[in-house]
Amino acid sequence: MLEMVTQFALVMLGVALLLAVVRVVRGPTLPDRIVAMDLIGVLVVCLIVVLAASTKVRAALDAAIVIALIGFVATVAYATYVRRGHPE
Amino acid sequence: MIDALTAIMWIVGSAFALLAAVGLLRMPDVFTRMQVSTKASTLGLGCLLIGAALQLGDFGSFVRVASISAFLLLTTSVAAHVIARASYLADVPLWEGTVLDERGRDLHRSPEGDRSGDATTNDA
Repeated sequence: MLEMVTQFALVMLGVALLLAVVRVVRGPTLPDRIVAMDLIGVLVVCLIVVLAASTKVRAALDAAIVIALIGFVATVAYATYVRRGHPE
Repeated sequence: MIDALTAIMWIVGSAFALLAAVGLLRMPDVFTRMQVSTKASTLGLGCLLIGAALQLGDFGSFVRVASISAFLLLTTSVAAHVIARASYLADVPLWEGTVLDERGRDLHRSPEGDRSGDATTNDA
């Protein structure tokens, strides 16, 4: 049963990734794309967590930690980039 | 038993992630999209992490799962605030159905009006 649920969760996360990619492509503004990239990072962490638990590869959880860290720093850096184009 | 709990947690978590992506596609402006997409990282990833911790079941992976969860709960709100502030100050248009724009109101502007002028007045 758990194999079916794992495949179901992976498919749903994959569809969510596709929808987020559609938002990255369509925009229409730069902050929209930043929000979508942030969501993509979170969804990648979700995928890695599900795969690590279903295949019992515990080292993949460390990769998930690193991706979560990098995603936060990237989001803040993108936001700084947006602000730099519009100084107060 | 543990498998059943894991299955429930994973179904709920992946449903939250998918709903967040659908909301990201369908919401009308940046701020509502961001509000929807932070649900994926708190509720969705939280449920998936609980399921993974139940499934793996040893102390090391429990510590890793707890650290991912705590870190994301802390940083999601900070990142959302930073993006919202940057996009508001960059004059990203609000949705036309927006009912309250407190900062624009304080600066005596209409919600959809021009916010490009004296943005330095009350910026902390």
